[in-house]
Amino acid sequence: MTEEIIIAGFGGQGVLSMGKILAYSGIMHDQEVSWMPSYGPEMRGGTANVTVILSDERISSPYLKVFDTAIILNQQSMDKFEECVKPGGVLLYEPNGIHQHPTRTDINIYQIEANRIATEMGNKKIFNMVVLGAFLKIKPIVNLENVIDGLKKSLPERYHNLIPLNEKAIQKGMSNIKAHIIEKSILS
Amino acid sequence: MSELKLMKGNEALAEAAIRAGADAYFGYPITPQSEVIEYLMTEQPEKRTGMVVLQAESEVAAINMVYGAASTGKKVMTSSSSPGISLKLEGISYLAGAELPAVIVNVVRGGPGLGTIQPSQADYFQSVKGGGHGDYHLYVLAPSSVQEMADFVEDAFDIAFKYRAPVLILSDGLIGQMMEKVELKDQQERLTDEEVIKRHDSWATTGKTNRERNIITSLDLVSEKMEARVHRLMAKYKKMEEEDLRFEKIMCDDADYLFVAYGSSARIAQKAVELGREKGLKVGLLRPITLFPFPKKQLLDLADQVKGMLSVEMSAGQMVEDVKLAVEHKVPVEHFGRTGGIIHTPEEVLEALEQKIIKENGSIRYHKTRESSIL
Repeated sequence: MTEEIIIAGFGGQGVLSMGKILAYSGIMHDQEVSWMPSYGPEMRGGTANVTVILSDERISSPYLKVFDTAIILNQQSMDKFEECVKPGGVLLYEPNGIHQHPTRTDINIYQIEANRIATEMGNKKIFNMVVLGAFLKIKPIVNLENVIDGLKKSLPERYHNLIPLNEKAIQKGMSNIKAHIIEKSILS
Repeated sequence: MSELKLMKGNEALAEAAIRAGADAYFGYPITPQSEVIEYLMTEQPEKRTGMVVLQAESEVAAINMVYGAASTGKKVMTSSSSPGISLKLEGISYLAGAELPAVIVNVVRGGPGLGTIQPSQADYFQSVKGGGHGDYHLYVLAPSSVQEMADFVEDAFDIAFKYRAPVLILSDGLIGQMMEKVELKDQQERLTDEEVIKRHDSWATTGKTNRERNIITSLDLVSEKMEARVHRLMAKYKKMEEEDLRFEKIMCDDADYLFVAYGSSARIAQKAVELGREKGLKVGLLRPITLFPFPKKQLLDLADQVKGMLSVEMSAGQMVEDVKLAVEHKVPVEHFGRTGGIIHTPEEVLEALEQKIIKENGSIRYHKTRESSIL
């Protein structure tokens, strides 16, 4: 099994940390992992993306052109990465702020309203965990137990009291995912 | 017990330096290498092993601190990125001339000049062809994974002391900034002052007791003596080639075409090998792990087998010259690489092989359409 993922959005949305938690979860699942950020003179509000690969085998290139899954969190990233999903692959996106919805018919498209869910839960910072939950519902490449172990490893100990909240956010993400219907986006 | 961690290449390298029992690190921050000094400052190895970590006032100061500490027989390291390494080159030439063991790390970014902070491999010439002045080489290790960023630190110290010569770890922004699973080795004790004297009293300035004084210098105004020194260096480099050449062959056994790539480009080329094999192309990869010494003989041997080679590096074409020298015009050799901080994709690399090597050499037949043959 090899899963090649791009996560892309604004800096500050937790793109890099979501990738890191996923990579740590992969290690807990005894897999090879790579986490390759786009780095640059960027800051909060700029674009951020990270390529995460989980595999049972030695990973060759950590830098890719096409992906099994694209997790897209803003319009700029949609413009750039919709075309980079392999045919038959997955595109998961957060619709808030997206004005041009994806149109491809040869891939599986899902929506997660992570912004609304995180706000309802009273902590906007867990936005990325809601998205991660949605992703794991579509592609259960690591189990929740591994993710919690991954969280413990990647969060400093002083934040470990927040792990139950993160777990709840992941579960909310898992139960609130929607398969995207193309006709609807054309109408709206 | 070894320890599994998810770390950036730069962090893994810094932690490996502590665990290798390094005595000192002198550096100056620069993107994309700053995590090395940041990690060391946060980790405070002085408390763990007594290792000194110091942010110098400049790169020039840092490399001269390395010179001073290395003169005393201590295990010492510095790191920087391209423009910073240019500043250090005077000191590096002096280290080579004075035959001092030291580990230098270059996490390459795009150049020339201040260039860009994105990954690049355009410091190949600087690394293997001297860089600084005079007849010298560095032993150059090119890691292609976070694991190798960690493992090569100890290897680099071993080689530096084996030959009493500076060793360069040539990485780049991609390997430095990415995170992978890394297995860290156990902590090695730092040598005590007594142990340093026991091992290096024949040359290091360990404090004169009952022996002639040791003088560390790269200056020899008597030409015959200076020539003897140069010959001594050349003998070391020959020995490096005989005993410590390193390379990796991937899918080479039945290969018709060969990628030659090091560091991060080797990872990308390996994916291009996978993509090529899926299309039925017999493609292989030779990855030089040491860039000096260079796997010349291995390339010459492969030249009898393959129909052409593509040297892949994030530069405008540097290593390709050494590949051409090695294969003695037996097969076509071309270069492909993006520059300016752009990373080539595996698809681009495979396409370059098809365009520059396979197509050019007639292995892919292009059927003329009826229209074009009439025209």
